[in-house]
Amino acid sequence: MPSKTVRTPLLLTLAWRNLWRHRRRTLVMLFALVLGVWSMIVMAALIRGSMEQHVKKEILNLTGHIQVHAPAYRNDPAIEHRFAIPPALAATLHDQALVAASARVRVPAVVSSERESAGVVLVGIDPQREQGLSFIAKSITAGQYLSAPDDPGLLLGRKLAEQLETALGRRVVLMSQDADNQIADRGFRVVGIFDADPQAMETGYVFIGLVVAQEMLKIGSEVSELAAMTPDRMRLDAALTKMAAAAPGLEVAPWTEVQPLLVLTENVNNVVLLIWFTVVFAAMAFGLVNTLLMAVFERTREFGLFQALGMPPRFILGQVLVESLILLGIALALGNLVSWASVAGLKDGIDLSMFAEGFEMVGMSPVIYPALAAGDVTAANVIVVVLGVLASLYPAWRAARYVPVEAITRT
Amino acid sequence: MDYTVVCRKLGKVYRQNTIAVHALADIDLEIPRQDFLCLSGPSGSGKSTLLNLIGGLDKPTSGEVEVDGIRLASLDKGALAKLRLRRIGFVFQAYNLIPVLTARENVEFVMQLQGVPAEQRAEKAMAILKEVGLSDLADRRPGELSGGQQQRVAVARAIVSEPSLVLADEPTANLDSRTAQALMELLVHMNTEHNVTFVFSTHDKLVMDFSRRLIKLHDGRIVEDVRRG
Repeated sequence: MPSKTVRTPLLLTLAWRNLWRHRRRTLVMLFALVLGVWSMIVMAALIRGSMEQHVKKEILNLTGHIQVHAPAYRNDPAIEHRFAIPPALAATLHDQALVAASARVRVPAVVSSERESAGVVLVGIDPQREQGLSFIAKSITAGQYLSAPDDPGLLLGRKLAEQLETALGRRVVLMSQDADNQIADRGFRVVGIFDADPQAMETGYVFIGLVVAQEMLKIGSEVSELAAMTPDRMRLDAALTKMAAAAPGLEVAPWTEVQPLLVLTENVNNVVLLIWFTVVFAAMAFGLVNTLLMAVFERTREFGLFQALGMPPRFILGQVLVESLILLGIALALGNLVSWASVAGLKDGIDLSMFAEGFEMVGMSPVIYPALAAGDVTAANVIVVVLGVLASLYPAWRAARYVPVEAITRT
Repeated sequence: MDYTVVCRKLGKVYRQNTIAVHALADIDLEIPRQDFLCLSGPSGSGKSTLLNLIGGLDKPTSGEVEVDGIRLASLDKGALAKLRLRRIGFVFQAYNLIPVLTARENVEFVMQLQGVPAEQRAEKAMAILKEVGLSDLADRRPGELSGGQQQRVAVARAIVSEPSLVLADEPTANLDSRTAQALMELLVHMNTEHNVTFVFSTHDKLVMDFSRRLIKLHDGRIVEDVRRG
């Protein structure tokens, strides 16, 4: 049998030159394929970027990567479901493997001004430790951030301040239930106003010092939750194991359990992407099959001649497939390049603030920063190559099964 | 006797809607090795059909063909292609060349499929192109060659790998008399020096004059088989 090394250059030469026999047709097909690849990758980058922002924001909105609670707290976040931090767990707060970690008191409360009152979640924080763990430290737009766990001040969301008809420097009263099931109330001066995204965070939360909250609720040094941030939210196993071992009898949960809706949203996005990839590819596949079929029908006599000269049918099949692969290869190279350039060009984000209300309703930011994920790029490339070759099989099979004499005499 | 081609009771019927057209009927033919044979006859007499059946490009309706002792009916498509690659050279009346390859690459095509190393291929291709007077046009594509030049390239491709059998349908069509004469002399040389068996289908008297055996076909039957010289 002829060696493959001798045949391969012939196959490549024939495939390459045949592709450019109809330069315009090939360029049109190439443009369509590049457009398809581009739309797959850029769409994935936009969805992935938007999702990434959403997840990051939700994690900063008092979720963190890992949370520790008393077992019943997540179902009923009340004062009685508090816990004392075990010494071993307290030690992990200083673990170098954690980016940030802090304890919080987090209970339902009512905040009242002299005019209005509203139901909120009272969050007692350690201001220093909270930095890097949640949004609050970087969200003060008026006044100042809390200085210490025993700071007597209160941080109020801008929207809630408007609802309560109060302002920076004014006093409000916080009322909740203490450890003895008695009403605990205390007056606070508003020392800082914060903005938050989504706006529900502005209206639903007030922040005071951790020690102040513990005193007000008469819970000693006990807390409602402990939150921790790690360097990589997708690799939590080691930290989870360590913290679970240090917190016997407590519930140690990753963000995916604390915010299952985020995971669901991510899964829905993956399905949307897959559907998008399939729709785009289906459109591309029709064009590809059409182009290759036209090329095969035009060259019927040529394929007959090939067979007459002794080219095996599988080699003819291979030639059409190689033509398809070259076309797909060029399209992928250009598509990836254009996609990368597009994403790089959009590094400052796409501002869709004209639709801001709609975005906020679903908790998304109106400015989307596309994020290229290696998995999405790989998926787009693999789908195009694998399905592209499969789509090319029919024209290739047609070319290989001609009866030589019929092919040669066809006009 | 050593035969390159043996046809036994060969028949071919084409169907055009409900009408059966008998292109060949009961052809018994033995072509010894190194024969130089010409098939002649009016259009529709079955010359091209016989060439196609001998070359394994088409399947007979009845009877069988042997090439170099191999029964073509026993071969599948791939094996037939292999047989053509190794043992048979073709020259067609029209549409002979691969448009995307140059004259030299067209001549090298079969050798490349056979796995002949590049250097040897190029050397043989240039030598045969020189013999057919086209060495200066080796790098031109078929579209840049005249009909006669294309036909000479096709002949060069058919004989360059020295197959045991060359089947040529009107090989001198489109050639001027001088070029045709030179080409036929080259084919005679291949026939006598390299034991290549030639079967032509032609109306050209020049080809008939060069042939050592003349077979006349009429309505799909052999009506005359004359050996000369």
